[in-house]
Amino acid sequence: MTDWKIFCRGIVVITEKNMRIYYFKGPVVIFGLLFPLLMFLTFFIGRDLNLISFFPGFLGMMLFFTASSVGPLITPWEKREKTYERLVSLPVILESIIIGDLLAGAIFGIVITTIVFITCAWLFSIPVASAGLLGLGFVLGSIAFAALGTLLASPTTDNPSNIMMLSSLVRLPLIFISGIFIPLSQLTGPFFLLTSLSPLTYLVDLFHAALNDNAVYPPWADALVLVAVIVLFVVCAKTIQKRNLVKGI
Amino acid sequence: MLIPEHYGMDAIIARNLCKSFGPVTAVDDVSIAIPEGGIFGFLGPNGAGKTTTIRMITGVLIPDAGTVQILGTDVQNDPIAAKLKMGVIPENGTVYSDLTAEQNILLSAKFYGMDTAGRKKRAGEILDRLGLTGRKNDYVRTFSKGMRQRISIACAIVHSPPVLILDEPTTGLDVYSRRLVIDTIRHMNREGSTILLTTHNIEEANALCSMISIINRGRIVATDSPENLKKTFDTSRYIEVSFDRAVDPSLFSAPGITRAEVWGDKWRAYTDDPDRAVKHIASAAEREHLAIVSIATSEPTLEEAFVRLTAGV
Repeated sequence: MTDWKIFCRGIVVITEKNMRIYYFKGPVVIFGLLFPLLMFLTFFIGRDLNLISFFPGFLGMMLFFTASSVGPLITPWEKREKTYERLVSLPVILESIIIGDLLAGAIFGIVITTIVFITCAWLFSIPVASAGLLGLGFVLGSIAFAALGTLLASPTTDNPSNIMMLSSLVRLPLIFISGIFIPLSQLTGPFFLLTSLSPLTYLVDLFHAALNDNAVYPPWADALVLVAVIVLFVVCAKTIQKRNLVKGI
Repeated sequence: MLIPEHYGMDAIIARNLCKSFGPVTAVDDVSIAIPEGGIFGFLGPNGAGKTTTIRMITGVLIPDAGTVQILGTDVQNDPIAAKLKMGVIPENGTVYSDLTAEQNILLSAKFYGMDTAGRKKRAGEILDRLGLTGRKNDYVRTFSKGMRQRISIACAIVHSPPVLILDEPTTGLDVYSRRLVIDTIRHMNREGSTILLTTHNIEEANALCSMISIINRGRIVATDSPENLKKTFDTSRYIEVSFDRAVDPSLFSAPGITRAEVWGDKWRAYTDDPDRAVKHIASAAEREHLAIVSIATSEPTLEEAFVRLTAGV
């Protein structure tokens, strides 16, 4: 069997293992579904907001939080449980572990966000301007933010609570600078520049293009930025985890 | 039955392995060659560098210098191919607590590309061998340390690896689990696997291994068969003797007896000439009207070699 087939097999088995052990468990799925509901209520109840124009931001936030929720915990948890050492000694390489972690997060993000989207679309008659762009947004967004989760899992620690703090520190500020609470089209000057630094901005903008046909950037530019972000996060995660293997931590 | 692919070659070759953690040199120029079919023991005190060496051999830790080959495949250059030839049992029996015993084994088997039927059959065989068939559907989090270690071993041998590497496989186990683990190691060796194990249990190394390397402070200080290592230090023997009543230490004052100490309800007299010492003790007992309850002379032990080598004598 060629090496790439064994490589792909390793990715599939790691993805399956992560989904079974860390994602598709009652409490995690319930949290995954409840969290969007609570965010939705926080977001819309008591405010006179146009649901149609704010829904892309809400959808982007959902995908962002679900895809990057559990990923940061997997590696620290496995290091604490000492299963990481066995995993590394199996016929896999670092890239298999990183991509396997990433795919599990992406699948979880897509599944939960799809359920939320279908429910909301049915309840509130959300329009879809381009199903293709919507699908592209789901795929690229889930992979990008699952990759962020994998990157957040990379620093040296076997204490998941340390990573949870880091994860909150990185993820929470992003939702305030990504055109979610104030649509990107209404921002100008330094605020607009600030939003351009957040990868979540481009996903929200892509959802605007997909749902309202009202994006600030061209969809191809949003997609390109998300692809670049995926590559950047994966390369950074690999560099850090490789350094950890050299240091034996 | 496992059939080795590379007759006549060393199963594991490690050349000039070095590893430092900051200012601490954990492994310093370690080289070993383990012939196919053997059971090779890596013996050393805590912190000697055993686990660091094993982690470099298994590809878990990247060495600062040196190379490792598993049946001719370089671990750093072709890690997947090298790891396919290995089964590894890391220290502390690491398996997934949130999976059942059988699920853990099946998961490992998937990494090695075994088909569904083959996985199930092999998992059943191993669970039976390790006495865990009745617990196969129980979550590992409910298992004792010994049972977890057995599952850890099951995961490592599910694909009948040509090379099996075990890091402290029996540490902290109850007698039953320890015996099962040792039986499994012997069984795998009979089936054709080359075994590399680390231990600080000297008797275990003596009973299992055909060759032993003793490592201390990151360097290999001796490599030989257990019997040859014992002979190297066949200079300090002792006689254990018990009498029907308490005796004075002066009883053992004689040429050839270097020292004597109380050893439980016995005396242990150290000597480099057991024949002369036994004759002295017997005549002293006769003179003092003492009855000898028991008397035994020691064989040279691997422990003696280990203590001498790791103490830097």
